[in-house]
Amino acid sequence: MAEPWTTAAHRLFKKHNIRTVGYVPDAGLTELIKSCHADNDIKSVVMTTEEEGIGLSSGAWLGGEKAAVLMQSSGVGNTVNAIASIVSSCQFPLFMIVTMRGQYGESNPWQMPMGQAVAPVLKSLGMHVFEVETDDEAAEAIEAGLKMAFVSNAAVAILIGQKLIGAKSFIADVAEEVINVDN
Amino acid sequence: MSTTKLNRSDVLNKLMEVRGNALAIAGLGSPVWDLAASDHQPENFYNWGGMGCAVSMGLGCALAQPKRNVWVITGDGEALMGVGSFATVANQRPDNLVIIILDNEHYGETGMQKTHTSGGTDLAAMAAGAGIPTTMTVHSDEDLDNLINALKTSPLPLVASIKVENTKPKLVLPSRDGVYIKTRFRQAVLGSTAALHVT
Repeated sequence: MAEPWTTAAHRLFKKHNIRTVGYVPDAGLTELIKSCHADNDIKSVVMTTEEEGIGLSSGAWLGGEKAAVLMQSSGVGNTVNAIASIVSSCQFPLFMIVTMRGQYGESNPWQMPMGQAVAPVLKSLGMHVFEVETDDEAAEAIEAGLKMAFVSNAAVAILIGQKLIGAKSFIADVAEEVINVDN
Repeated sequence: MSTTKLNRSDVLNKLMEVRGNALAIAGLGSPVWDLAASDHQPENFYNWGGMGCAVSMGLGCALAQPKRNVWVITGDGEALMGVGSFATVANQRPDNLVIIILDNEHYGETGMQKTHTSGGTDLAAMAAGAGIPTTMTVHSDEDLDNLINALKTSPLPLVASIKVENTKPKLVLPSRDGVYIKTRFRQAVLGSTAALHVT
C-alpha cells in the first residue's frame, strides 16, 4: 500500500526544512495538521483566513525560513490579491497544499463554484498548479513543488483531489439524526 | 474618540531612536514613506501592495527570527483589513513582535476617506480582545513615552494604535522593486551567502 499522502507531506516538509506551517483547517488536512502540531521543529499556525498564510510565508522567507500553507479549496479565493501583489511582485517562494471540495462526488452545491474556479484562478496568477488524485502522485508533486518553490522562487499549489481524500458525506459524519425543515 | 493627536513624522523619529536592531516591515501607503524618511536601511521591508498582510508578514518573520525583534509599522486601514491577524499573533505569542499602527483615522492614499477608527472603532481594544497581552492607544507625548517604556518592559507581542494628525507626510520613496527590497532585506539579515544560495 502506498504511503498516505499526508504522511509523505510531513516527511517531505522535514526533508526540505519547512519550519512554519500556516493553515485553515479542512477535513482532508486533519492528519497532516496533527502531524505538524506533534512536531516540535515545525511552528504550526492556525490562521483566521487563508490570506494570512501568504503574509506568514513571505515573512518567514524574509527571516530565512521556509513555510508551507494548507487550506481547503474555498480558501483559495481569500488569497488572490496577496499572491498577486506580494508573492508575484517580489518573487517570494510560495508552497500551498489545497484539499479540494466542489469536484468528484461533492454533495454540497455551495462548494461547487469555488472548487471549479481554483485551478484557473491560481493559473491566472501565474502559479504552478499540480492536480493529484493518488497518494503516489501527491508525494511526487509535493517533492517537486517544494524544490520549485524554494530553489526557483516559484509559487506552487498542490491540489489534492476529492477522489483521493474522499468526498465528504458531511451529514452522516457530523449528525446523529437528520431532520429536513424545507419540505 | 481622541481629540489630541501627534505628528506622524515626530512619532516615527522618536520610535526609531529606540528601534535598536529590530527588523521593520512597513504596511503599504504612508507608513512606507514614514519609515523611509525616519530610518531608511536594508533591514526595512517596504510593502507597496498586499493590503492587510503586514501583520501576518511580521508574524512569519518574527517566528523565523526569534532572536531579533520585528516591528510592523502600518496604518489603521491596512491593520483593519487584516484584523484577524491580531488573533493569530495572540495565539502564537511571539515575544519579539511589535505592531505599531499610525492611526490617522483615514485612508490616506485614496482620497482621505474616513476609516472605521474615525467612527468609534478601537484598534487597541480589538487587539486586546484578540488576546494580545500588551495594547495601548497613544494620544500624547506622555503616552508615547509610556509606549517607549512598554517596548522595554512589557510582555510582547504589543499592539499600539498611535493617533496621528491627518496630514500628508513628506514623500520619501524607497525603491518600488519588490525583488530588490526582498533580497536586500534577506542579505542584511541572513548574510549574502545564505540569502542568495538556498539549501
